[in-house]
Amino acid sequence: MNPTTQALIDRLSAHFTLSEVREQKPGLLLLKVPRKDAVQFIRDLRDGENYTHLNFLTAIDYIEQGIFTLTYMLHNYANHQGIAVHVDIERERAEMDSIHKLWAQAATYQRELREMFGIRFPGSPGLDDDFCLEGWDQIPPMRKEFDTLAFSQERFHTREGRASEDPREHMRQIMYPTHSD
Amino acid sequence: MQQQNTPIDLSSGKYVKVWQGPQHPGITGNMSLELTLCGDEVVECKTHVGYLHRGFEKLMERRTFIQNFTVVCRIAVPEPTFNEYLYAAAVEELAGIEPPERAQWLRTMNLELMRLASYLMWLGGIAAAFGQGTIYQWTITHRDYVLDLFEEMTGARVYHMYIVPGGVRARLPEGFAERAREVLDRVEKLLDEVEKVLFKNAVFKARAKGLGVITPDMVDHYGIVGPNARAAGFERDLRRDEPYLVYDLLDFEVVTGSASDAYERARVRHREMLEGIHMVRQILERMPGDGPFQARMPNVLHWQVPAGETYVKAECTRGEYGYYLVTDGSQFLRRIHVRGPSYTHAIAVMERLAVGTNIADIAGLMVSLHTYPPEIER
Repeated sequence: MNPTTQALIDRLSAHFTLSEVREQKPGLLLLKVPRKDAVQFIRDLRDGENYTHLNFLTAIDYIEQGIFTLTYMLHNYANHQGIAVHVDIERERAEMDSIHKLWAQAATYQRELREMFGIRFPGSPGLDDDFCLEGWDQIPPMRKEFDTLAFSQERFHTREGRASEDPREHMRQIMYPTHSD
Repeated sequence: MQQQNTPIDLSSGKYVKVWQGPQHPGITGNMSLELTLCGDEVVECKTHVGYLHRGFEKLMERRTFIQNFTVVCRIAVPEPTFNEYLYAAAVEELAGIEPPERAQWLRTMNLELMRLASYLMWLGGIAAAFGQGTIYQWTITHRDYVLDLFEEMTGARVYHMYIVPGGVRARLPEGFAERAREVLDRVEKLLDEVEKVLFKNAVFKARAKGLGVITPDMVDHYGIVGPNARAAGFERDLRRDEPYLVYDLLDFEVVTGSASDAYERARVRHREMLEGIHMVRQILERMPGDGPFQARMPNVLHWQVPAGETYVKAECTRGEYGYYLVTDGSQFLRRIHVRGPSYTHAIAVMERLAVGTNIADIAGLMVSLHTYPPEIER
């Protein structure tokens, strides 16, 4: 880890509890902060450390552990360094403080996460407005337990006269018509 | 630009609501704008997306690493190559694969030709949005010449599936460099003509100058990147600031502007096309003529990428385009997130800039931001 990155970690560690800190590659630092500190931590990065650009905000579903990990990807244009700030939240009470006052586009990300993962960000503008899905009443589709195949089979019917080929069998019949196992 | 502070009472008879899109020539791709007008002036704009949502990110969580490379190109139709490169680069980083040098040059050329094709389509779009359909015909014709090169190089005109994890799919065909130089000369000549016909046109100047001004304070607050930020004077370009592929070996200028309106954004893109042509010529001159173009790969049918996480980005025509990958050591991705510049340009930025704009200029404003809805919805 280069001295500049280490110095940044030292400064941040003085005020926040950091964990799982590692440098993925030069210019990309990954770390985790507790949920209660996350918004203040991100604000400090923006205002105090010049991480003024929010690349994106997204979530990862760790269904086995019962958590969502939120990833706030931030960038410092002055030294071209990036930080992925991870925050774990419980799947059962999927709620996080909003950052829409820090960046204008954050509200759109939060609206999408509400629709696709069912994560709530109280106070975020237009949070309950439809984003991509219209009138969706199923499990939020990006959650791991949402079964796309079962959903399709339940929602759509197979048209008469149409059948899907098993690719392996189909190719075997074309390429080796006389072959048998 | 005035922000609407008082509540809009539609029953007052003072306002009318108009939907522009999702099928409208002035909308870039399929999305819609819900515009509230007072006379000709837009007082509120709400954007609606979802018409192209195909659940790419979810699809890719259920497909193997090699299957996904046929999916990613569909995320930004006019610029599939950037998706191919970013997906390949992210997987290579996590799997510890180093593509050969020749593949790096071929990838760079592929990306720059893609930029040229995409900008040609955009240039026609901005001209057409201001009533100059003839220029659109010219630029689309020349885009097709570039697509001819892609067809030669990759076998496909739109979805090339050329940049694969580990390298590229094929070497250049015989005589490609000469034909490419010929196309570059033609496009350069066209750009000279567009300079005279579009940028010196009184109507275009009258309508595009002062339209959709992005103020400096908006740039970071809204996450504005690429030519939209450079036209506001922000000298930021990933190709120079965080070089990838062989960009650090090429000579090019980061084009900026200052007026930050629709006209200035068009000027910046026009000059960037000339820089792109300059770059492709350098690549054709200096690219290694032989050597491997594909790294040794594991059996991709049983490929398990080690657990990890990375974010890889590149400068596409609209700015920072990025792929965020999380792997868990299995044959499948735990998570993939595609970060397209249109996410903020077409929604938060558009909703703000539309207010105070004349309804007739909404199409021009939207095209000037250069947005692709598929990369919003993924």
